[in-house]
Amino acid sequence: MNTIDLEKQFQDKIDREIRIEPRDWMPEKYRQTLIRQISQHAHSEIVGMLPEGNWITRAPSLRRKAILLAKVQDEGGHGLYLYSAAETLGITRDQMYEQLHSGKAKYSSIFNYPTLTWADMGAIGWLVDGAAIMNQVPLCRASYGPYARAMVRICKEESFHQRQGFELLLSLSKGNEAQRKMCQDAINRWWWPSIMMFGPTDDASPNSEQSMRWKIKRFSNDELRQKFVDMIAEQVKILGMTLPDPDLKWNEARGHYDFGAINWEEFWQVISGNGPCNKQRLDTRRKAWEDGAWVREAAAAHAAKKAARAQQHAA
Amino acid sequence: MKQYIRKYFYGDYGEGRNGAADISTGQAKQEWPLWEVFIRSRQGLDHKHVGSLHAADAQMAIENARDVYTRRMEGVSIWVVESKHIHASNPDEAESFYDPANDKVYRHPTFYDLPDAVKHM
Repeated sequence: MNTIDLEKQFQDKIDREIRIEPRDWMPEKYRQTLIRQISQHAHSEIVGMLPEGNWITRAPSLRRKAILLAKVQDEGGHGLYLYSAAETLGITRDQMYEQLHSGKAKYSSIFNYPTLTWADMGAIGWLVDGAAIMNQVPLCRASYGPYARAMVRICKEESFHQRQGFELLLSLSKGNEAQRKMCQDAINRWWWPSIMMFGPTDDASPNSEQSMRWKIKRFSNDELRQKFVDMIAEQVKILGMTLPDPDLKWNEARGHYDFGAINWEEFWQVISGNGPCNKQRLDTRRKAWEDGAWVREAAAAHAAKKAARAQQHAA
Repeated sequence: MKQYIRKYFYGDYGEGRNGAADISTGQAKQEWPLWEVFIRSRQGLDHKHVGSLHAADAQMAIENARDVYTRRMEGVSIWVVESKHIHASNPDEAESFYDPANDKVYRHPTFYDLPDAVKHM
């Protein structure tokens, strides 16, 4: 069968909502798109552990510390589900790490912002994880089987992340003046980066159309962003706080909230490595990888020795 | 440069054929082997495939599987098997491979038309 027929057959499967599995034929571009997207997503989970890990030792109570630990551990797990899914496409784990460490692979630019106060743990859970969930729920129906299955698992676990964040901010919002200020300040700093998480506007997102046709993506960046803004604009009222956007207001005709212009210059700057913490995050990951080298080698040597011994016994 | 690396991938098994593993950069390094993880969610149910992970040996694979796949009491028993030991049917041959079962509707109970008066059958 020639490639054109194969591609037609492939698209036909996608249109009939039949999932693609690792050994099925797929266009090279589909494989590459998935490798890029899934590995970026995995890197985001792993780098995403850093801004929060920063606060584990300073959590204000044992309850909050246990919650934060569990959340960060989940993120490590989510990274692993996703790395495994990407590996089914023919890239190795080490190659992905290499791409992260060399700066070739990207991760979500949100994690290049610093976590300055305890309230940031709440804002990250509520806004950052909230935006992530909005993105991730449709991915549970992505056309590539291993990716979709990983996303189902992730979404199930992610929901507590958002709820604990909101609960944390709710406690602060009922606290004293300093606590209320800290709460508002965290919301102010995380709001814009959060809505940038949905990516460039639809007209500036050239790969989106193909991804939609392949059913990797189900909704456009702007659709998801609008949904998120509508949701958060209501939830913030319960906190008695505000979003830092003077243009935010309900538009009766559209049935949606209008919101102000996003600073895309900042978005591109952070993506291309000039965010406040890009260097620090990558340095930390590289150091962890290098410092762990002897552990990886020792475990492999130990396993080899045990295997050799077992063979000797058998002989 | 294209090279076929010696590595077995999840869902990508069988002798001599590395299927998807056609990539153009890098070399197979000293990576820990890949393991497939199967979990029994409670007594009485089958072990079910849940995903994969890297580990140096079986013991480590089981411990890592516990941390990665059972953080919320999802399992009471774990199997791990090195991915390279799994053999799978070839999706390209699926049509002919499953063909023998394709025209035997009489293997299903609904094939048989019985009077409504017949109970408990």
